[in-house]
Amino acid sequence: MSGIQEFLHMGGYALYVWGSYALTLIVLAANALQPRIRERQLLRMLAGRNDRTGPSR
Amino acid sequence: MNPRRRRIVIAVAVMLIGVGTAAALALRAFQENLLYFYSPTLVAAGEAPANRKFRIGGLVVPGSVMRNPDTLAVSFALTDTLHQVRVNYEGILPDLFREGQGIVANGELLADGTFGATEVLAKHDENYMPPEVADALKAAGSSLDYSKFKHQQ
Amino acid sequence: MFTFLHKYGSPQHFYRLSRGLAPWFGGASALLFAAGLYGALLLSPPDYQQGEGVRIIYVHVPSAWMSLMVYVIMAAAGGVGLIWKVKVADAFARASAPLGAAFTFLALATGSLWGKPMWGTWWVWDARLTSELILLFLYLGYMALQTAIEDRRTAARAGAVLALVGLVNIPIIHFSVLWWSTLHQGPTLRPFAPPAIHMSMLVPLMVMAVAFMLYFAAVVLVRTRNELLELERNSNWARELAAEEAAR
Repeated sequence: MSGIQEFLHMGGYALYVWGSYALTLIVLAANALQPRIRERQLLRMLAGRNDRTGPSR
Repeated sequence: MNPRRRRIVIAVAVMLIGVGTAAALALRAFQENLLYFYSPTLVAAGEAPANRKFRIGGLVVPGSVMRNPDTLAVSFALTDTLHQVRVNYEGILPDLFREGQGIVANGELLADGTFGATEVLAKHDENYMPPEVADALKAAGSSLDYSKFKHQQ
Repeated sequence: MFTFLHKYGSPQHFYRLSRGLAPWFGGASALLFAAGLYGALLLSPPDYQQGEGVRIIYVHVPSAWMSLMVYVIMAAAGGVGLIWKVKVADAFARASAPLGAAFTFLALATGSLWGKPMWGTWWVWDARLTSELILLFLYLGYMALQTAIEDRRTAARAGAVLALVGLVNIPIIHFSVLWWSTLHQGPTLRPFAPPAIHMSMLVPLMVMAVAFMLYFAAVVLVRTRNELLELERNSNWARELAAEEAAR
């Protein structure tokens, strides 16, 4: 087996090792992205309200 | 701190101490049930449940493993360095199963004093090292270390 | 203490602070993740017993540590909010819970992926695994409470009490492997004892652990400022901020 294949094979533990890393990556990435999207939504919502009523009451 | 805050602090403190004590007492009472496995010594002393499945834990005695070349049947002795129990099992063994390794087997104690296992799990110890280091340690000579397997008996 | 908390704990002040700090934590975390992954997957050796399967611990152990650490931080923030009525502390506790739950889930899932080949089973009901599962339920219970109670103040108070009571589970998880005979192994790193892990594996593990901590710091800051913006959406500073953002 070549170096890359051997690396991907993980001594027969490919499913478990890559499964763990993929799961970690997905969960961490989703948790990092979600609040950024939410922040953009919130600011847009507040800005939209400002357009109707002005920035201060 | 004003009186209202003081009351909240005291209430929370009392609740924490109360729940903590209750949990500690409950855990002491349930210690028996939280025991994940019995040692060969407990089994030899007759403290393991009879006519009911339970788990036995110990180290695989080096040189005691016998395999049937035609089937998946395997037999080995488990020890806590004081007593030994022979375990018979037929099935796939975990990757960490080897001589000297900590094992937990689930099954029943049979009339002949052997243990008929329906499941064999390997217990890992807390040591992590590259193979070269392990070889060097082995060359320096180390014996079965049961204290590492179970901290408290 | 009171004046300090209220000066630096004002939502507006915290919002600016979060804007300044979060990118730095995030950047440092990304760098350490890159270094940690390189160490974990390429530089570190296979284990003498587990072979290449040992590489799972570089994500499993930091997740498990974080699951405990985040809980303690969440309970502490909840306690501060309960006693001193600090909005920022309440928001911080509320923002921590989903992250703590994510770390707990990762610890359980990656542990399961390690357990199948090594132990021979995905799951056992031993004291360590069971108490960690209870931790996940505590997080989920806290989150359910936050969604169920509409009034933020009441929700924060109820959540803080739940979090503080649940604190008893933390030492139970930590010491479970010493108090009872578990299938899960004992601690590799103990105070006053040399680590039972070789240096070539300890270094990437620690790099990953610090990367996880910085990741939490970055994400919880963003989450907390979102909570504050939502809470204070009718205040002048929130309106002005939105106007500023829209103008950019």
